[in-house]
Amino acid sequence: MIAYTLRRLALFVPMVAGIVAVTFAIMLLLPGDPAVVLLGEDATDEAVRDIRRALGLDRPWYVRLGSYYADLLRGDMGMSIFQNQPVADAIGQRLGATLEVAVVALLLSIVLGVLLGIAAAIWRGTVIDGGCMLFAQLGVSMPVFWFGILLMYLLAIRLDVLPSIGRGDPLLFALGDLLRGRPGPLLDSLAHIAMPALTLGLTNAAVISRLMRSSMLETLGQDFIRTAHAKGLLPPRITFVHALRNALLPVVSIIGLRFGALLGGAVLTESIFGWPGLGQLAVAAISQRDIPLVQGVVLSFAIAFALVNLLVDLMYSFIDPRIRFE
Amino acid sequence: MARPRIAGNLSLVVGGAIVLAILLFALLGPTLSGYSVEGMDMRSRFATPTADHWLGTDNFGRDLWTRMSVGARVSVSIALMSVGIAVLVGATVGLVCGYLGGWVDLVVMRVVDVFLGFPPIVLALAIVAALGPGVVNLTISLAAVFWTEYARVVRSVTLAQREMDYVTAAVALGASSARIVFLEILPNAIGPVIVLATLGLGTAIIAESGLSFLGFGVEPPTPTWGWTLAYGTRYLRSDPWLSTVAGLAIMVTVLGFNLFGDGLRDILDPRGVAQRVRRTPTQ
Repeated sequence: MIAYTLRRLALFVPMVAGIVAVTFAIMLLLPGDPAVVLLGEDATDEAVRDIRRALGLDRPWYVRLGSYYADLLRGDMGMSIFQNQPVADAIGQRLGATLEVAVVALLLSIVLGVLLGIAAAIWRGTVIDGGCMLFAQLGVSMPVFWFGILLMYLLAIRLDVLPSIGRGDPLLFALGDLLRGRPGPLLDSLAHIAMPALTLGLTNAAVISRLMRSSMLETLGQDFIRTAHAKGLLPPRITFVHALRNALLPVVSIIGLRFGALLGGAVLTESIFGWPGLGQLAVAAISQRDIPLVQGVVLSFAIAFALVNLLVDLMYSFIDPRIRFE
Repeated sequence: MARPRIAGNLSLVVGGAIVLAILLFALLGPTLSGYSVEGMDMRSRFATPTADHWLGTDNFGRDLWTRMSVGARVSVSIALMSVGIAVLVGATVGLVCGYLGGWVDLVVMRVVDVFLGFPPIVLALAIVAALGPGVVNLTISLAAVFWTEYARVVRSVTLAQREMDYVTAAVALGASSARIVFLEILPNAIGPVIVLATLGLGTAIIAESGLSFLGFGVEPPTPTWGWTLAYGTRYLRSDPWLSTVAGLAIMVTVLGFNLFGDGLRDILDPRGVAQRVRRTPTQ
């Protein structure tokens, strides 16, 4: 286990280095001179030259890449051009909001997807199976941004039961308030996060339910299930204890990848619901051509994604020891 | 195992019919309606479907059937081009890596891993941010996200086929590497690649309209589905039809490609090779 963990960690470092290099290369492609973008088109040549020197843009690309690595190791992601604050601060203020909505969406989609998948597998070929798989097919084909708008129209505009935009207190703080006997902030936080999390979670639930169904069907057809039936165990016990634990393995293995899709979906969902996270920051940074900020946000998304994948892989090797010996 | 019959394959039939209908809609839409894309009619703004305007009208009274049809052309052609480029690049990389093996394979596959390290939409967004909006740049950015899937599936097929007796026989007969790779090995990868590409078209359409929705896609006045959906939300309270028609267009098209791809899988990829490498089921 320790050897496997160390091996995975050792692979993680070059992975992140590669991600940084690709991000850097994409930003090199940017048309136009960042110095001109910063100063405006009518800046004098002298001013442009000065700012290029100040930003280090007059150095060759490999020197800039090297110093970018060095800065990152010190936690310095540069200064945002338009936000008037260090990139790391701007990201730090918003990372929590994105992770919060992504994690809630992930939990929601796992519960919903697994339950639907089990139901479809147990009642294979029935109306229930058909209904679950119709939901899955529609869910996979539904663009997150349209689903978000439909929810907003129904729940915020028509029924007026949920706030259409914004975020309440961070969930963890609100939970703390609840423990101190004040349930108000938690209810407010939940009301705000409900639609963004549901929007993000739907596609994911659809993907998980399809995988869960096929995995469950495969497991239910195996010898040890027949043995369990022969031993006279009760069917619910066979389904939920013997089969479920094995059928969940493929689902666990894709959770890391699905988290990447959730982070991408967060960019769209956040701009619909005015959720003050990294996605909104990314959209603003790209619109304003704030290069250091774009670079920092893209990097944060990729590193969060890589970290979650690492955690899921380690968790998976813990749940299923066979994986460590491959 | 007998091959599943096409007629019994509901996904294939329904999906194929939807895809065909969308293609016809894209080709013939403006001709059938007789309206121009920009033709305004301020007396019939925000119409829901009528005998005159089959899909209703927008905030300037422009015919939505015509505008959606032009949007279909944009979405479908960007999807076809980006997936096409991704297949060409990915398949070539996969064949070379799988057949040569060694350090080439090792290095290139690490590059693939780095590309897979980005959340898909985020990578596309970063590239569009760098290149700027427009059809060509959008196509490039989507192809840059998608090629890794094809590289992985073709490589895994190539690795498996390389060890087969018929390849050894071809080598013994003196066939060139190019002949072996393209004529002997490649045909084995075509089934899974077609399945993956069909499902990939749905993914591309969602990604393209998502980027247009954010304002980083093909720029207005081109009536893309994503942009129509986005500005339709301004009138969500009073006239929800405008964004609904755009959302429906995207969903039905993606549903068509997804069903068609699922149906094709039963015929072309019964062992599910495509499924194992697919990382972005649609979004």
